[in-house]
Amino acid sequence: MSKKIKELKVSAIENGTVIDHIPANAVFQVIKILKLDKFENMILFGTNLESKKYGSKGIVKVSNKFFKPEEVNRIALVAPHASMIEIKDFRVARKTIVEIPNEITGIVKCFNPNCITNHEQIIQKFTVVDKEDLRLKCHYCEKITVKNNMTFL
Amino acid sequence: MKNKSLISINDYSKEEQLKILQVAGEFEKTPVQNILKGHVIASLFFEPSTRTRLSFESAINRLGGKIVGFSEATNTSVQKGESLRDTILTVANYSDLIIMRNPMEGSARFASEISPVPIINAGDGSNQHPTQTLLDLYSIRKTQNKLDNLNVAFVGDLKYGRTVHSLVIALCNYNTTFHLVSPVELKLPSSVKMYVKEKNLEYHQYVELEEVIPEVDVLYMTRIQKERFSDPLEYERIKNFYVLKHDMIEQTKENLKVLHPLPRVNEIEIGVDKSSKAYYFEQALNGVYVRQALISLILGLK
Ligand SMILES: [Zn+2]
Repeated sequence: MSKKIKELKVSAIENGTVIDHIPANAVFQVIKILKLDKFENMILFGTNLESKKYGSKGIVKVSNKFFKPEEVNRIALVAPHASMIEIKDFRVARKTIVEIPNEITGIVKCFNPNCITNHEQIIQKFTVVDKEDLRLKCHYCEKITVKNNMTFL
Repeated sequence: MKNKSLISINDYSKEEQLKILQVAGEFEKTPVQNILKGHVIASLFFEPSTRTRLSFESAINRLGGKIVGFSEATNTSVQKGESLRDTILTVANYSDLIIMRNPMEGSARFASEISPVPIINAGDGSNQHPTQTLLDLYSIRKTQNKLDNLNVAFVGDLKYGRTVHSLVIALCNYNTTFHLVSPVELKLPSSVKMYVKEKNLEYHQYVELEEVIPEVDVLYMTRIQKERFSDPLEYERIKNFYVLKHDMIEQTKENLKVLHPLPRVNEIEIGVDKSSKAYYFEQALNGVYVRQALISLILGLK
């Protein structure tokens, strides 16, 4: 019974994608990274929802949109435990857990103020050298950006 | 190697690096060869570095090539606010190869991605300076007659010194035993040590210099830079920590050679210069041969 009530907090969608288990404070970042702020179909989102696993969580539901794995993996930096659920006819068709990709392009800013990417129009590019601690090596200046000094574009 | 930019030392395989050293050896025997006739090389120094620039220019002149470019960014379109992208695309029209030094890290990699002609990185901020690494390798091989299985000590600023980082990484191909001598504040960063560990190579860390010297074949000294310290007293204390004196290299291996990327401040006493173990001035000269080799290989002339 309680499960049903919880689900009603963010209405169900007929076809589309549900991104669940987003940290409560990362919902807006997820929307931005997936460029949903420019998306025209219906989007439902909720945050500070109760979660057994994480205390509180956020959820985003996008109508009539299915993501490629590499698209959805872009959110792994802000929502490392998120799951992506594809809904068809109100039913779960597929469920996948996001994965931190080996390379990250155009999401994170290099922390090094003297890096060329912070002075010219260049798409930022990193290789992930440590997936546990989130350490990103800049393709250009070769310096490491760590979780604490990560800013998202 | 034809048309292949050199930005970081790892852009070239061990075989390619050895090829450059071999061709550099040929230039040492016959330094003047007119093979660059009809070629134009651009030399873009967005910040001054007289030593590196003269070494490249000398290499190009000995090969009979022509140079266009600038030795500092003042009075150029750069000062008027032109982007690096536009400068590179323009200069590429006038030249077969671009040598670039730029104070911004990553600038050389970026240039190599947009430029239709190959780029040689002559230093991008605190990041890479691969021709220095090649001349260091050349100097080590020349003085030791081999590169494999050597004991090499690095002394001084191991944290910020890009010369040290690149050479350590390059030497990981040769089963080197590393002896790392530095104050605790200036230890080799883990991002570089990672390469040593990956290859399972032996390394030792020290704070004292004296006990290390008798163990090693190569003693690579570096300058501790004042601008690394927020506290000037701390700099004064550490600066005098590692000063190589003549008597310190007396009871050492016959084949020991002291290297230094220059310029030095006070870390090697003048008295060491006359020792047959001091090699830092010849080391600088080797830079010309290595740069001759690199330029000719990239242009497909060797
Ligand atoms: Zn960077």
